[in-house]
Amino acid sequence: MATARRLIGFNLLTGILLGIAGWYAGWFGGHALAGASSLGWFDDADYNEVSVFMAYIGGVIGFLVGMGFLNYPFARLRGYPPSLREKEENGWTRYFSLCTDHKVVGIQYLWGIGLFFFIGGLNAMLIRTELMRPNHQVFSAGTYLTIVGIHGTMMMGMMSSAILGPFANYFVPILIGARRMAFPRIEALTFWLLMAAGVILSTTIFFGGFPTGWTGYPPLQTQANAGMDCYIIFFALVGISMTLLGLNMIVTILTMRAPGLTWSRLPIFVWGVLSTAALMVLAAPVLVAVLAMGAFDRALSTTYFVPGGGGSNYLYENLFWIFGHPEVYILALPGFAIVLEFLPVFSRKPLWGYRLAVAGLLGVTLLSWMVWQHHLFVSGINGDLRPFYMLSTELISIPTGFTFICGMMTIWRGQIRFTVPMLFCLGWFFNFLIGGLSGVFLSDVPSDVTTHGSFFSMAHFHYTIMGGLIFTFFAAIYYWLPKMTGYELNERLGKIHFWTMFVFFNSTFGPLFAAGFLGQARRAVTYPSSLQFINDWVSVTAFLLGISMLVFLYNLVWSVAFKRVPAAANPWQSRSIEFQLPSPVPVHNFETIPTFTSDPYGYGEGPAPQLVPAAAPAGMD
Amino acid sequence: MSVGAKLLLVGLAVAALGVLTGFYTWNLTYAGGSPVYTVPVKYVNGHPVVDLKIQTVAAIGSKLSPNPDWVSYLVRTKDGTWKRETVWDLPANATIHVTDYNFDGDSGLRNPVFGKMYGVSAGSVQNAVYLDGKVTSAIDPTTASHVFAVSALGVVVAFQGVPDSAKNQCGPEAPCPLSNAHTTTEFTFHTKGPGHYRWQCFVPCAAGWIDGWGGPMQTIGYMDGFLNVEA
Amino acid sequence: MAAEPAATRPRDGISHGWRVVAAWLIVSAIATPLVAVVLGPHLPPGNASTQASQQVVDNTVITSIVTPVICLILVFFAYSLIYFRAPRGATVLDGPPLRNDSRVQIVWIIATSVTVLFLAGFGTYELLQNGAGGGQGPSPVAVPSAEKIPVQVIGQQWEFTYRYPSFGGFETHELVLPADTYITFHVTSLDVVHSFWAYELGVKVDANPGVDNVAYVQTKGPTAFHLRCAELCGLFHGYMFGEGRVVTPQQFQTWAARQRVLYAPITKYLPPYSTTYLPDPQERGG
Repeated sequence: MATARRLIGFNLLTGILLGIAGWYAGWFGGHALAGASSLGWFDDADYNEVSVFMAYIGGVIGFLVGMGFLNYPFARLRGYPPSLREKEENGWTRYFSLCTDHKVVGIQYLWGIGLFFFIGGLNAMLIRTELMRPNHQVFSAGTYLTIVGIHGTMMMGMMSSAILGPFANYFVPILIGARRMAFPRIEALTFWLLMAAGVILSTTIFFGGFPTGWTGYPPLQTQANAGMDCYIIFFALVGISMTLLGLNMIVTILTMRAPGLTWSRLPIFVWGVLSTAALMVLAAPVLVAVLAMGAFDRALSTTYFVPGGGGSNYLYENLFWIFGHPEVYILALPGFAIVLEFLPVFSRKPLWGYRLAVAGLLGVTLLSWMVWQHHLFVSGINGDLRPFYMLSTELISIPTGFTFICGMMTIWRGQIRFTVPMLFCLGWFFNFLIGGLSGVFLSDVPSDVTTHGSFFSMAHFHYTIMGGLIFTFFAAIYYWLPKMTGYELNERLGKIHFWTMFVFFNSTFGPLFAAGFLGQARRAVTYPSSLQFINDWVSVTAFLLGISMLVFLYNLVWSVAFKRVPAAANPWQSRSIEFQLPSPVPVHNFETIPTFTSDPYGYGEGPAPQLVPAAAPAGMD
Repeated sequence: MSVGAKLLLVGLAVAALGVLTGFYTWNLTYAGGSPVYTVPVKYVNGHPVVDLKIQTVAAIGSKLSPNPDWVSYLVRTKDGTWKRETVWDLPANATIHVTDYNFDGDSGLRNPVFGKMYGVSAGSVQNAVYLDGKVTSAIDPTTASHVFAVSALGVVVAFQGVPDSAKNQCGPEAPCPLSNAHTTTEFTFHTKGPGHYRWQCFVPCAAGWIDGWGGPMQTIGYMDGFLNVEA
Repeated sequence: MAAEPAATRPRDGISHGWRVVAAWLIVSAIATPLVAVVLGPHLPPGNASTQASQQVVDNTVITSIVTPVICLILVFFAYSLIYFRAPRGATVLDGPPLRNDSRVQIVWIIATSVTVLFLAGFGTYELLQNGAGGGQGPSPVAVPSAEKIPVQVIGQQWEFTYRYPSFGGFETHELVLPADTYITFHVTSLDVVHSFWAYELGVKVDANPGVDNVAYVQTKGPTAFHLRCAELCGLFHGYMFGEGRVVTPQQFQTWAARQRVLYAPITKYLPPYSTTYLPDPQERGG
């Protein structure tokens, strides 16, 4: 009975239904507004950008209303007292509705992001299928660009929250001794906005796709088919979601730390989240603004980015990369933090050089604002500023080096245990080493002249993002999922996953450095036939890399749904506070708010302080 | 939940994901392309010769396209019907005689240099075409209506537009009969070795897009296509 | 009986450290010259122009600096993962609670800073000689003093055309350059952003609508080189490629004279030579 009531209440189902209704309301409204002669369905989609934009905006609003995001503000307007009733619900339906429990949101994020990671990865497989031959074969020339664009945009957009979404939402409140995030409804909003965005980007194929890749440079953006509008709406929603997520994290970390948790005792993961959140809050609004200008150019015939009309494509390139370069550190920094957080646990040593590690994270955060024009070294913009951007870009390797030395000195003389999360962290060192050092070629103008826009730069950022972020994403899954679900993951399958992923990742992207050096251009469906062997090799290992992901998926489903070995409260013998709580963590985390007396890294410094009463029974509130 | 129910759920999820993946890939595989037209080949003294008749129209019409007001190329197929197919299979090292009937008005070139005929011949005259029977090596760029250019073969041919004052203009439904006002351009070029050569138009003829270069100018099957040259 | 875990022995910190440093020095001393001498000359983009050779030098220097860094990290991890692995068994031993070592920090910070500053200085020096073949915008800072032949590269969807203002202003579909000559590329676009990439010449210049993006290159002997668009420009971006030629100055003069005659019927319709052209972007053809 209760379940039946929930089905017709505010949940994903009503969200989708109202979303579709809102979409059509916007579509017809757009036609009326643009003075179209008929309220066409799809036939004039190419011409009427106003109705496409209004359809998607209406769809998102309808979806959010259907999810129940307006219930609370309306209740307050009508004079009801504040409540967090959404949190009290339990059972499986809360995963498909607006839930303000940060742990539910964390798990929602994990599955949601996983789904879109799958779609992005599928597109990567399609790209590699097409590139098995030097000339076009499977997909039409324009479709290939759409596939490349969806892959890039999906990965850059959705995976920005790959660590902050699932793991920061779940563990930051626990790590700082709080019972919830500062803004629980905004927390839920960030997740559902992201899901709406992902669906919208996928629908671009019904509007002819988009040809611009994830960077969306105008005037090509202005010229493109209606599929481009899906890209604009997608990235704008992602930008809003990121801004809110970052804001929520900053406020939570600043204001809700438990007594005794001074800045010098904060887990390094929380520092990483704080740095990333700062980047998100400052960078993502620029993206939303620049996309709004792009949308005006497309729908309202303004000319912000149209050179003949008084605009400039340089304006877009500048603004986009002011967002875009911090964005790549939004992707990379959580990886740094995860590695530094896990190494002490599996080396049984304190984190070495805590202050240096924090300085590294903050240094990268600061410097990432000063480097964006290295994406424009040959664009003809500000030719005389190139030495400055060359210097600032290379300076970033100093704070990045802090992360390396702190990690390396942490395992130095430790008692290293090769658990699955540790293997992924060690894999990070190798990948990020290659990724970071290949960046030196791109930061140096004379070398960049050849490597810019080639597969070299593509291999470089896959090494830093896939090798950096995705490896630590999996490290975090293997480390924390038992705590989140209460079930162990199979270790043997985890090791198979790591080794296949590590080997095939490197055999996929390593040769692409050579392909780029030899002149293969990014996003081009053709390449010199002399490079066919490299490309065939890469395609084969890329498919094997895809299969290694299926090993993980099998492990996940098998361990969590079928085998169900209950996880120990502290499987890694960690001193961190989340492992003093039962698995899975009870609804309100702590019966009494803990008082911190040290950082969580005191391995070899006596027994861990008891922060949580030992016998807190699960489910108590 | 029983193991059977779980298996069923997982099976359903896998099936749903599989169906979505299949639909997605299928949709992409067939999106934005064009059917392939295998052009019939004659052999003159063992040398492959091809006759290709094409027409260029201002609006393709609703019979041949979901985008009725897009400009388009059409090709006359073996059975004498006109089809909107822009990917053509051709033999290697062959002589290709092309006749274009252009029913569209003049739009003018963005870059006038494409008004110069290049890489084609009219009889024995190199870099020229027969425009309504007259040997022509260049046209006034402002009168250009469409361009047939195969960059990798070095072929550039500009088609002159039908003046706005002409009577009996073609209507909004392609194909247009030869009784409508049109210009005729005849030229000869040679396919080189086997390859996959793209061809395109260089006149900004896509109405409503910035630079006149969206929609049909960026979609295979309208103003863009391929020559699949096979050994 | 199993040996006592290595890390718990006294004074091991020091000897472990020296062993890693010694191994690193040996490995780097072998690898770095090998990379510089054997791999270096094969690094792209080749020797077809002064700028290309200069980029090969740049790539060689960076690769040679990067090699010892890679060696350090690999040696460090190889050593640590072998010597500091925890013994198998149920009991979990803690390592020594080392929280900091300011000497290591200072050495590391100085070493990375010096490397980075050297790289930035070296890159700036190389860049300012002649622009290294990259696009410098309308008012270039690194201008070679030699006499130069201007060649305009006009990007459009989806072909580059080339205009020779000092040879009567004709415009062609093929790029031919005289050998042993300094060329000024003026790169512009008629529509979207393209990037003119002459791979073997070591030239990459974005083509922006309404912008004159200048790059310099000094050709060497006669050769052929590959051309490609390196910025996503729409449907046929992947097909926007071709070949250019560097020929002897005599051959070049003959070629230019022939092109001038061939293109004469259309040259009269071309707009007067200008560093940029902006056809009406709101052009609604049909």
